[in-house]
Formats: sequence, structure tokens, C-alpha cells
Amino acid sequence: MADPRPNPDVLLAEVEAEERRVRRGSLRIFFGYAAGVGKTFTMLQTARRARDEGRDVVIGYVEPHARPDTQALADGFETLPIREVPYRGVSLREFDLPAALARRPEILLVDELAHTNAPGSVHDKRWQDVQEVLDAGIDVWTTLNVQHIESLNDVIGQITGVVVRETIPDHVFDAADELELVDITPEELLERLQAGKIYLPDQARHALERFFQRPNLAALRELSLRQAARRVHTDVESARRRAAATEPWATADRLLVCIGPSPTTARVIRTAKRMATALDADWIALSVDVTGAAADAPSRQRIAEHVRLAERLGAEAATLAGQDVAETIVEFARSRNVTKILVGRTRRPRWTRFLFGSLVDDLIDHAGRIDVSVIHGEEDPHPAAAPGAPRRPRIAIRALLEAALAVLAAAAAATALRWSGLSDAESNTVMIFLAAVAWSAFRHGRAPAAFTSVLAVLVFDFCFVPPAFTLAVSDVQYVFTFAVMLAIGLVISTLTARLRGQVESTRERERRTAALYELGRQLGGVSGQAFLAAVAARNVSEIVGGETAVYLDESPAPPAVVAGRDTDVARHPLSLPAAQWTIAHDQIAGAGTNTLPAAIALFVPLIGSSRTLGALGVRVPDARKLADAEERRLLEACAAQLALALDRDLMTIAASEARIRAEAEVVRSNLLAGVSHDLRTPLAAIAGASSSLLGAEVTDVAVRRQLLETIEAEARRLTRLLENILQMSRLDAGGATPNLQWHVLEEIVGSALHRVGRGLAAHEVAIRIPADLPLVHVDGLLLEQVFVNLLENAARHTPPGTHVTISAAVDGRALRIAVSDDGPGLPAAAEERVFDRFFQGGPAADAGRGTGLGLAICRAIVEAHRGSITAARRPGGGAEFVIRLPLADDTPRIVVE
Amino acid sequence: MTPIIVLVVEDQESIRRFLRVSLAGAGHRVLEAGTAATALRMAAESPPDLVILDLGLPDRDGFEVLRGFRTWSQAPVIVLSARDGEADKVAALDAGADDYVTKPFGVGELHARMRSALRHRSPGPGADAIVADRLRIDAGARRVTVDGTEIHLTPLEYKLLLTLARSPGRVLTHRVLLREVWGPDATQEVHYLRVFVASLRRKIEADPTRPRLIVTEPGVGYRFADV
Repeated sequence: MADPRPNPDVLLAEVEAEERRVRRGSLRIFFGYAAGVGKTFTMLQTARRARDEGRDVVIGYVEPHARPDTQALADGFETLPIREVPYRGVSLREFDLPAALARRPEILLVDELAHTNAPGSVHDKRWQDVQEVLDAGIDVWTTLNVQHIESLNDVIGQITGVVVRETIPDHVFDAADELELVDITPEELLERLQAGKIYLPDQARHALERFFQRPNLAALRELSLRQAARRVHTDVESARRRAAATEPWATADRLLVCIGPSPTTARVIRTAKRMATALDADWIALSVDVTGAAADAPSRQRIAEHVRLAERLGAEAATLAGQDVAETIVEFARSRNVTKILVGRTRRPRWTRFLFGSLVDDLIDHAGRIDVSVIHGEEDPHPAAAPGAPRRPRIAIRALLEAALAVLAAAAAATALRWSGLSDAESNTVMIFLAAVAWSAFRHGRAPAAFTSVLAVLVFDFCFVPPAFTLAVSDVQYVFTFAVMLAIGLVISTLTARLRGQVESTRERERRTAALYELGRQLGGVSGQAFLAAVAARNVSEIVGGETAVYLDESPAPPAVVAGRDTDVARHPLSLPAAQWTIAHDQIAGAGTNTLPAAIALFVPLIGSSRTLGALGVRVPDARKLADAEERRLLEACAAQLALALDRDLMTIAASEARIRAEAEVVRSNLLAGVSHDLRTPLAAIAGASSSLLGAEVTDVAVRRQLLETIEAEARRLTRLLENILQMSRLDAGGATPNLQWHVLEEIVGSALHRVGRGLAAHEVAIRIPADLPLVHVDGLLLEQVFVNLLENAARHTPPGTHVTISAAVDGRALRIAVSDDGPGLPAAAEERVFDRFFQGGPAADAGRGTGLGLAICRAIVEAHRGSITAARRPGGGAEFVIRLPLADDTPRIVVE
Repeated sequence: MTPIIVLVVEDQESIRRFLRVSLAGAGHRVLEAGTAATALRMAAESPPDLVILDLGLPDRDGFEVLRGFRTWSQAPVIVLSARDGEADKVAALDAGADDYVTKPFGVGELHARMRSALRHRSPGPGADAIVADRLRIDAGARRVTVDGTEIHLTPLEYKLLLTLARSPGRVLTHRVLLREVWGPDATQEVHYLRVFVASLRRKIEADPTRPRLIVTEPGVGYRFADV
């Protein structure tokens, strides 16, 4: 079974990690067990050596209160500017992340990895800044004390009695490429402290002096040495694996930790992390939603916080739904080959455990071969961060009043029953009271129902049990009645409460499903990014009961607000950076998260199939709501729907662009096919005529002249054809954006007539343009081309002597221009086809053959002016072309006199 | 036309050839240059009386030749330009060219332009009266008659007509006309010019839609008939 070959998966993982390291900067942590051990000093010393070796070292941030010798070491380094952040009247000095990214040194020194940034910074924590620097491929050297590691946080809190709020997730520490332990003995450290060589902030001096006690320091030192040793062990381990260890991979342990709303869970999670690290095992944090039981909001929030804590500590988090918690946990554990289940011991009275059982017992019963470890549960030293602090659910006074009224009503009913003589059996009286309990449970829930039960027993005793109107009981039998009555009351209240919970959660789920369905349905009905975003914004706002803005990625430009432009979300200065960050990192940011928490909205990325398309910014009146896992899942589902719709829209656009390109391709090839024939004819004539002239055989002067005239005529024809083709292709390419100016129509017609020149010499042309016609807003050269083409068309297709009339008049809000003739008219049913490319109308006079492009060009030009051109057969014979151009409201009127 | 020295600056041998044949046939001495550098050198060696300049040259922009030449010579320059090169035409005229001919062009047209350009380089006596066709402008008396009948012109119309008529045969760009008639600030309001020209034509032309005195140069400006 000993296979000497390296496990390919392990090798692959190593290579991938290596590649990641190549792309990313490496992180080097100078690690100590307390302030004053000389981390910053050592870091600067090492940095000096690196700089002397010619490496590009820049100080990003070093604590300004450094000791003189440290300060001296820092001198001579290039130092990035410090970002000054005004906060409550003081100016906080912070590391400048953008400056670091812009400077791009080889190595960047950033002191105090666990530092919490000033409010309003991009990231909550400095370690997040450092991650971005590393992502940019810059090496970072930093300093860290052992008590700032998240999983050790509570242990150290217990040892030292000083709770440290600034922590870094374990994965950041674990991912460090190099760990340099800076160590001195506690004695030496205390000497330094006495000598005043250690800076302690004034306000914390007292607490910290308590911290600097020899036993504390010894314990901290041990922890830091252990961390370093573990780290070395891991390195050795991974080297060993790489070197094809022959030993089979010991079936690794896999831990599962159960997460609940109990405040003790945080401790259990940290313990699990330590065990997992010690065993070098994967670990999973599992929370179970009991089907039908509606957890109250504070509980849900605590669970969400615990899940996030576990994730920060490197666990894989999972949430399952199930009827029976223990069964669900064990089933999951089996499916994932979990070897140990960790569960917190809850402090519940023995009798409730006896009556209702406990999760721990159930787990042990079900677990079979899986170990179950029960962790001592104790209140978390720093209960889940302030915003979501659990509150006791208040029992409404109103509910209690109604419960009391229900009991009174029951008493009255029972009395009435007795007096009426219908029944005086005590069992019936008890039934009436139980009915009151059931009603109360149904209407108000568990606590009021319990209250009703107790009250019912008391009233029953007082009013109906002899001796009447005392709480004394004559017959011991009644004690049994009371007990059963109370028990039944409590059971009813529990059952009805559960039912209510079920109904509520079903209703809530129903609402969400319906909302999502509605969103999907509405998104399916619209197209266009702005409309999709608007629909999504409206629906999401309704679902969460807040405001929504949708940002779409426009990189490299900053994202643009496409929906909800007039919301507070869009107006807030931090929204744009938060949206930008969300899009760039594919992660949730903003209010309720660790990134840009000062933003007023939560930003959820819109992740499309090939890239992140944008971000959904959501603001609700109660920001705590956004910390709820359920709520975030809903938002993510909405974001996914919108992203899907946007993706679909982009694909549709891409498809239609492809279709347009294909159509343009067809047009182009048609053009080539049509043109090549028309090009060859004049070229053949020119070549033939000129070669005849060069040959000696043509001597007759008249014939020579004829040939020369042919050459000239064909050259003109070629010129015209070429101009038409060029113009058409310019119009096709969309490059002919009309150069709109205010023109006098008469002048345009005049220069068209001038250009056609002798071509119309044989025709009678009449112009009927009123002198007071308004100016037209057109591209003069293009419109002139329209008239030239129409006139040449008339010259070509009508016999000499035909009358051609150009007239213009204002017709409503348009200018109507007609070019008509009394010639033979258009071919039957060709009114529309004449505008097609390469349509050749009827039998044309020999050399008058056109290019078949003239009218197509006319139409393209007129349409570029947002006008229309139509052809018609005149009733009295002949053809009429009508151009309609929109008249502008702001047409200038110029008075000459 | 009296024999003169014509410098042809054009990189296409075929076009140079037919220009050479037709100009020499008219009795002119023809110098040919295929590049901007040669053109400037030749112009310096034997100063031409007229330059025919193609704007698209292989080594440098034709405009550079035009500007370089204009620093020391006032001899007329006629630019050869493509059909859709209105912007180039305007730029060339503004840079000091006298006229342009649109490719492809006939030899007859070119000769007419050359004659016109040469004539106005040697301005005649500062005549008080300008006569064109049926039109007579008496600048001294500020009197305009058509077929002997006096017509009424507004001051601006008169100024416009006089500006055009004083440079017969030459293209005046929109900008030049606006500056001359309306003042230096009005160079963008081309539609004023169009409306006034239309109004003038109605007063002095026999058929305003087929103007013979004030000819439109589409996209460039106006040219007063050279008669």
C-alpha cells in the first residue's frame, strides 16, 4: 500500500498555490507576543538589509510613536504620505491604500496588521488593505501580536483579563508566506517597560500595565512560540508531501461544529478551530433551521453572526433545514465523512432535559461511530458585536390583559353553566378553562399561554374548588387536577406556538417565493439594461421595504447608476466606491459588512456568466436587517435574477449586432456583384477606343474624334459610378452623419441644377419654391446630391421635351418637396422597388443607363435627415417623387430688410 | 494668354503628363515636381508665375508647400482636390490658395481657372464702376442698376454684393464673406449669408434658381461671375 509516487492532487495543489504566489505579493509577518518585543525594529532592520541589496522598499505605514532607535532606522526610507482622516474633532492618521497601489514598490512595510481603520475608510481593517496590496503583486512586510489572532482571542482574554477587539481572521495569518518570530524573555520585556522604552497610550495605560504581568507574558509567549512552531510544522509537512512521502495519508479528521443561537456558541466555534488546527483537519460549521419553527429575529441574527465567525476562522459553513436537529446533523456528518461532532453544552435545568430531551443526548444516541465532543458552554467574553445585541422578546401587556380577560370569561361561562344547571361537572369547568388557554396560545403565543394556564389554575382553585373563594384546597385530589390542567395547558401552548411559527414561516417563505417569481416574470417581459434595472430596483425595494439603486459596470469608467438615480443610495458619497469595490471583487460590501461599512446601503454583486455586470445597492431603514443571512440570501437571489436577465439582454444585443453585420456583408457582396458589371462596361469601351487610336488603322479625323468622345463619355460615367458607390458605402457605414446647417432650399436646388448642367438641356425644368419658405436644417451637400440624382433620373428615363417640376411647400410640421415629370411614369408596381439597390427602371436610353444606386442613395440621405421619400405614378401620367423633411421648432427667421 | 512659368506639383505621373501636354500646348513653360521637397526647391530656383498643387503628396502635406510658398510669393496657386474634399478646399483657400479644381476635371475648366487667377493677380485700375452682364455697380455713387433700372439694396446687401463683385472669378469662403460684411465676430452664422445671398439673387439675377452672377460653391462659399 506504500505508493512511492507523489499524490498528483497534492502536487497540483502545490503548483496552484505556487502560481498564486507568483501572481500575488508575498506576506511576511514579524510576529511577537506583546508590544515592545521589537517587531517594528526587527522589520526595519531587515528592510534596511533588503534595501542595501538593491530592492525597492517603501514604508507604507509605521506607528508614529516609535522609539528613537526605531525612528532612526526608519529614516532614509521612502515613506508614503499618511492619510489624515478627520473623526470627531481629531485627525486620525491612516495608511494610504491608493497611494501604495499607485507607487507599486517591490516591498511595502505596513505596521500593525490588526489595526482597525478610521470610519469611512475603504476597508474596516488594515489586513483587508494589505490583501489588496498583495493582490496587486506587491510584497508586504507587517507586524502582529499573538493576541490579535481571532481563534486565540478568547483564550488570551481569559488569561490576561484584557479583551482585545482588534483581531485578524486566522486564514490571513495562515496564508502568510513567511513568519518571523521576534522573541525576547518576559524579564527583558519588563525591564524595557520599566525603562520607559515601551509606548503605552495614556488612556489604556492602567489596563495595559495589568496586562504586562510576568505570568501573562509567559503564557502569551508560549502561545506565540506554539503558533510559530505549528507554522514550521506545517511547512515541513507540506515539504514532506511534496517530497513524495511514502506514508499513506492518514485519514484526516474532519470536524463538524453545531451552530445555534446560544451566546455560548462563539466559544464552541473557537474551540473547534483550535482542535481543527491541532489535528490539521478540515472543519465544517453547521446550523440547522428547524422546519416550521420560526426563529425570532435576534436568534436568526446571532446564528448569522456565528456562521460568519466560523467562516472567518476558516470553516466551511453550511445551513440545513430539518425536522429533527440531531438527525439532520448526524446525517450530514455521515455524508461528509465527519469524524468528530462538537456541540456546546447548554445550561438548561435538568428537568427540562429530562422532559424534552437535549440535543447533546440525541446526538450521542444517533451518532453511532462518530465521536461527539461536548464543549463547556460559557457566555462569550464579548458578546456578538453591538449592532445585533440580542434583546429579550417583550411580552406585550395587551396580550397578558387579553389572557386575563379570557380566563375571566371562562370563569363567567363556567359559573353560568353551573347556575343554569346544565352541568355542574368539574370536568366541564376544567374544559372551559382549557379552551381559554388554547385560545390564548393560538392568539398570542407561548408565554401568554403559559401565563393563562397558571391564571386558569388559580381562578379555578379560587372560584370552583371548595372551599370556595380561597386558594386552600380541601381535597388532595384537586392537586392532581391542577397538575394535569397546568401540564395540558403548557403542552397546548407549546403546540399552538409551534403551529403559529410554522404558519408564519410558511407565509414568509411564500411571500419571498412569490416576490422572486414576480421579479422573474417582470424581468422576462422587458429588454434593455435600463428597463431591466428599473424593474429590479422597484421589486427589490418592495421586497425589502427600502430603497434600491442599480449600478452597472462601465469599466474602465466608474460604474453608472442606471436605476434609482434619485434615491439616497445613489446620492451618498460612499455608494459609488462601494459599488465599484463590489464589482471589482465580486463580493458583498457596504453597510453591515467589513468593507466600507460606513456606506448607507448594502451592495450585492450582479454576477453574470462571463463577468460581474454591476451591483445592487439596497438600503433599508433598519440596517441590522441586512445582516440577517436569510435576507442576504433573498437579495442574492434577486441579484442573480437581474444578472441573468442582463446577461440575456447582452446576448440578444450581441446576436442582433452579429445579424446586422451579416446583413451588411450581404449588402456589400451584392454591391460588388452589381458594380463589377457596371465598372467593366465603361472600362472596356475606354480600353477599346484608346487601343484603336494607338493603332495606325484609324486615320479618318471624324472617326478619331468619335473614339475620343467615347473615351471622355465613358470616363464621366465611371466617375459618376464611383462617386455613387463611395457615397453609398459611406452612408452604409453610418459615417455620413449629416452636417446639419440652416440652408436656403432654393440655393441647394440651384446648385443641383448647375451640377446636372447640360444633362437636362433637352428638358423643361420649372422651379416653384416660395420666397418665404423657412430655412431647412439639412446637410447641403447631401441634399444637393438627392436633387442631382432625382434630376438625372428624370433626364435618363423621360424623353426630351418632358416637363420636370420641382416644388416645395410647408405641409403641417413638415416640408414637402416634390420632383415630378410628365414622362412615361414608373414601371407598374415599382413604386417601392425603385429605391432598391441595382433596380434598373425600364428600357433606358442607351448611354443613360444609370448605376441603379441613385434612388437608393436618395432614400438613405433623406432617412438620415429623419425624413421620408416616396415615389408615385401621377394621375395624369408621369412620375412624382415626394420628399418630406421635418421642420424644426427653432427655425431661425432672418429679416433682410 | 501670355506664356508664363507653371509649376505642376503632383505625384501621379499620368496626371502630370496630360497637364504637361495641355499646358505646353497653350505655350506655357512647365516645371514638374513629384514631391513637396522638389516643389519648394524648384519654386525657389525659378519662381513660377502660377502653381498647380495636388494636396496629397508622398513626402509631406500639400498644405506645407502652400504655406512655404506663400511666405515669399504671391503668385496664384490652384489646388487640385477630390469631390468630397470641401473641408480641404476651404482650408486651402484660407491658407492662401486662389482657387481649386475638383478631380476629375477637364482641361478647359483648368485653363479658365488659370486665366481668372492670373488676371486678378494684376489688378486693373481701381475702377469705380463694375459691370457684369446686365448688372452695373457704381461704387462712387453707391448705385446699382440691372438693365439700366436702379434697384434698391439694403446696406448689408450692397456691402455683400460689392465684396463679391470686387473679386470676380474668385471663390470667397463663407468665413471671408462673413468677416468682410458682418464683422470679425460673425464667422459662424453661415445661414445669414445664405439668406442674404438668396435675397440678392432675387434682385439681380434673371432666374434666381439658375444664378449666373453669384455662383454657389457648395460647402465652400460663393464666386462672382468673371465676365
